Amino acid sequence: MSVPYAKLPGWVEYGLIPLVNLIVAFMVAGLVVLVVGESPLEAAYHMVNGAFGRGEYIGFTLYYATTFIFTGLAVAVAFHAGLFNIGGEGQAYVAGIGVALACLWLDRIMPWYVVFPVAILGAALFGAAWAFLPGWFQAKRGSHIVITTIMFNFIAASLMNYMLNRVMKPLGSMSLETRTFDTGGQLPKLDWLMKIFGLSVGTSPFNVTFLLALAAAFGVWVLIWRTRLGYEMRTMGHSPAAARYAGIKEARIIVITMMISGALAGMMALNPIMGETYRMQLDFVQGAGFVGIAVALMGRSHPAGIIPAAILFGVLYQGGAEISFEMPSISRDMIVIIQGLVILFAGALEHMFRPAITAAVLAFSGRERTEAAVKGA
Amino acid sequence: MGELAIELKGIDKSFGLVHANRDINLQVRKGTIHGIIGENGAGKSTLMSILYGFYQADSGEILVDGRPVQIRDPNAAIAAGIGMVHQHFMLVENFTVLENVMLGAEESRILNAGIAKARAELKRLEKEYALEVNPDAVIEELPVGLQQRVEILKALYRKADILILDEPTGVLTPAEADHLFRILEQLKAQGKTIILITHKLREIMAITDEVSVMRRGEMVATRETDKTSVEELAELMVGRRVLLRVQKGEAQPGDVKLSVSNLTVRDSRGVTMVDNVSFDLRAGEIVGIAGVAGNGQSELLEAIAGIRRAVSGSVALNGEAIDVTGHADPAELRRRGLAHVPEDRHHVGLVLKFEESENAILGYHDDPKYRRGLLLDIDAIRADAEEKIEKYDIRPPNTRLKTANFSGGNQQKIVLAREMERDPDVLIIGQPTRGVDVGAIEFIHKRIIEMRDQGKAVLLVSVELDEIRALSDRILVMFAGRIVGERGPDATEGELGLLMAGVEGRKEAAE
Repeated sequence: MSVPYAKLPGWVEYGLIPLVNLIVAFMVAGLVVLVVGESPLEAAYHMVNGAFGRGEYIGFTLYYATTFIFTGLAVAVAFHAGLFNIGGEGQAYVAGIGVALACLWLDRIMPWYVVFPVAILGAALFGAAWAFLPGWFQAKRGSHIVITTIMFNFIAASLMNYMLNRVMKPLGSMSLETRTFDTGGQLPKLDWLMKIFGLSVGTSPFNVTFLLALAAAFGVWVLIWRTRLGYEMRTMGHSPAAARYAGIKEARIIVITMMISGALAGMMALNPIMGETYRMQLDFVQGAGFVGIAVALMGRSHPAGIIPAAILFGVLYQGGAEISFEMPSISRDMIVIIQGLVILFAGALEHMFRPAITAAVLAFSGRERTEAAVKGA
Repeated sequence: MGELAIELKGIDKSFGLVHANRDINLQVRKGTIHGIIGENGAGKSTLMSILYGFYQADSGEILVDGRPVQIRDPNAAIAAGIGMVHQHFMLVENFTVLENVMLGAEESRILNAGIAKARAELKRLEKEYALEVNPDAVIEELPVGLQQRVEILKALYRKADILILDEPTGVLTPAEADHLFRILEQLKAQGKTIILITHKLREIMAITDEVSVMRRGEMVATRETDKTSVEELAELMVGRRVLLRVQKGEAQPGDVKLSVSNLTVRDSRGVTMVDNVSFDLRAGEIVGIAGVAGNGQSELLEAIAGIRRAVSGSVALNGEAIDVTGHADPAELRRRGLAHVPEDRHHVGLVLKFEESENAILGYHDDPKYRRGLLLDIDAIRADAEEKIEKYDIRPPNTRLKTANFSGGNQQKIVLAREMERDPDVLIIGQPTRGVDVGAIEFIHKRIIEMRDQGKAVLLVSVELDEIRALSDRILVMFAGRIVGERGPDATEGELGLLMAGVEGRKEAAE
């Protein structure tokens, strides 16, 4: 019948509303802390201090953010084509093989800046391959991508168990991991970047993958809004009927989109493997693929939203670890609760405060101006 | 002056930035048929939704039978004696008539007692208002005209004294529409008050006692129907003089541009929608396909345009076959000179969430002129869109505005501009003016005739018989998937109406 919500200025749509949602999420989290018998203010202090208090903490925060930028972008790209890729977890996990192979092959004979591009390629290829199958099943057989990508997460976990147990583990070793890479397989930390701000990375694994993540975010923006492929993806995402009418080949777009999504999720593997542990360990993804869903939701599937959302989740991870360290009665699970609340308010209940905020903004900005704005509509 | 059944005082309603109703005053006298007309987006539906409790007015007062009432939801409207027959029926398709009528008014948790009562009441209503329907018929097996009758019965069953009908004739054949009008007259004679929302001026003239005209959210005039004319009402609706029937010269048919032979199309359930259809379309002529919605016209268009696979038959474009039974590629057909204005612009012809300029290239986004290297050339795309906005007078002239924020008429112009400016050989158009305001209709009709005069072959599908008669050089009538007759542009409405109703097949509709 009519538009239920008015179009709001950008700063309200992308600034104020997410901020209000976030504040509410933290307030409810504070209540939970209170119930546990601790001071929410103290927890908040540890959260902020733990995430930003020192250069090293900031390094950790951005290290986590790097991971979430990749998985968030992966989910967002698929969203634009109307696909819900829940398989980022498995795609990132399998992509680890690509990274590890590149490192194991070249780390002793090449410097990092030669190994890195090869590893990027390997990560993207393995991630894309793991996403290709669900995409292809959806395109050709109509198997729903949500179901197949979830199943592929489990298959990936088993596959990686096998690979680390039987194939990639050095002979005689007891732990499920590859050998530690030589200097060629170790990415430099971003000391110089932190120094600009007078900080030091300390022991944090903040590394050049962060820059790759920023470049990937820009690349995704270009892809979605400035290329023909992105145009076709968005057309299909908004209206499959319109895509058919326009002669866009649905199967092709599904497969390509999933492969791009998988490649982005896969690049996440670079960060822990080459940037932190210098070897591939069992279960190195640690749920980052799922966090990517929340990041994409919060960031409205736009790279400019995904970067701050990823940093926010970096804060939750790093600051949360600090809380559980400083306040023993709050376990690490508390962080999962806070994350859950953020997802609840920023994702599921996104529209809860919108009517009130819309009304307030309209009252504030005055009727005459707004009417002039829609003149002729 | 009789008593007032409904009085609205100073109704005002905004949706965020859109001021849909502005200080509306309306008086509807008891026992009359009151028409409300206005262009799409004039605020008719919003106003009626406020009256029926779907929306709350920001300010203003509603009086029913002289008493102020608060209508917070449809239940309150029903309690106040207001019933509504929606444009899209609100019926449970696999329930019987009786079950649908009872739905929401069951009176107790155990249905049996209620059913007997409802059946008796339904019998009484049918007798009193001459609304015969078999109470045990399943809705999906009834023709649309009867389904609408069930909607009316639903309202009466809930003791409605005031009936609102929203565009009730859109889905009916002329004969069914006439029957509906007889029912409405009958209801009026029994003292009911009827509010009829429509954009068809002819219906207003035929049946209403009074008519109110809305324009841009405001109530601009109320007239006694006897004392006004179609021309005056059209002018009030649009705010300027309009030509209701465009002028056109003789057609100069040339070569066959599109040739359809023995085309058969089934829908996803395997029901034959297009049954062995053959015809030729020549350059420089407009062939209109008349028919009641749902008789296969949509599927015919889609099959020709390559977005629905046909079961058998063949189609030739410019003498070369289109692979209609295999993988016809709409993009390929566009390159071969076929342009398609789809029936459903909201879901097919446009992506409503896109900016205007993005929709201006939909389907033609492959064109190298919109590309610069690997990227889309946004400047070229916007410049191109601006040109079309200028030429087709699309308002507001803003290439970056979301398409959803344009009015129906302007959205349609975006589609037409895109398809017509490509200089196609064959133009197939579905429902060119559905949900389009009177002012834009005139413009669109002119453009279609211009296309013909430039030697394009135009295939036109419309459920508006007036439109078919005004534009077509030849008229094909479709019924139940088959072409049941061909007539010239001077065929009378009655003649076409009988064909559209499939006289030989359905006695009921032709009575």
